[in-house]
Amino acid sequence: MQMEWIWGLIGGLLIGTGGAVYLLANGRIMGASGIIGGLVDGTAWNAWAERVTFLAGVFLLPVALYPLYPNGVDTHVTDNWAVLIAAGLLVGVGTRMANGCTSGHGVCGIPRLSMRGLVATMTYIVAGGIGVVIFRHWLGVI
Amino acid sequence: MIRNIYAFIAGGFFGAGLFVSGMTDTAKVQGWLDVFGTWDPTLAFVMGGAMIPMFIAWRLRERRSTPVLGGTFPPAPPQKIDHKLVVGSLMFGAGWGLAGLCPGPSVASLSYGGVGHWVFFAAMITGMAIAPFVIGRYTRLTTAAA
Repeated sequence: MQMEWIWGLIGGLLIGTGGAVYLLANGRIMGASGIIGGLVDGTAWNAWAERVTFLAGVFLLPVALYPLYPNGVDTHVTDNWAVLIAAGLLVGVGTRMANGCTSGHGVCGIPRLSMRGLVATMTYIVAGGIGVVIFRHWLGVI
Repeated sequence: MIRNIYAFIAGGFFGAGLFVSGMTDTAKVQGWLDVFGTWDPTLAFVMGGAMIPMFIAWRLRERRSTPVLGGTFPPAPPQKIDHKLVVGSLMFGAGWGLAGLCPGPSVASLSYGGVGHWVFFAAMITGMAIAPFVIGRYTRLTTAAA
């Protein structure tokens, strides 16, 4: 559909605005893996309320917007649990080892002109591209 | 309290943006990564669009000594490109390509994505919980090899 890139741009501007608010008001970097991971492994329990309310916003705004889509929203997620579990474990361990994901290293890190953000983003995009080629075109599991 | 309200607003913008941009649709993410398939450019617009307010925010940050709500700004990022950054990003990218989900969209899609999103989310949380042990083991192995 032709409109999809416009919604991509609008959505992107909203995501960046969220990151700007979190940085300028709260003084924090909007990195999803850091916010979730800090709660999971206990390294950020001192600021748990801020993290939980942030995640509540991430979870609840789609709940509020969902009724505006009469045809629903298909996420095309695979029903192969083995794939989902392997992918989730890789994302969980990988983002903690790299100290960031798409939001922290990409959305926040690159506009900060952070070399680590740029290197991480290039790396996970290349890995993701190779992954899709291998698992989709070669092995046919996704 | 006010910090939590602003955190909720920031998370709300993030969640709304992920939702309207289609970034919780795994087919769009994998379609962008799949340069050999029917390439979907959406993700590039999302990333590019998100970097515009963030770029302005970092410039505004330079004019302030403290955040609006007090406290301190995050310290300057380390410049060192270590192998943990690269190995971790390789693992993350592989998982991202495999399922088409990363941490932000995995939270945003929990209410409507169905059971598959919960399976991914639970596995991701498990991965984050075991990460300190995996990273510790990895550090010992690489230090011993060096």
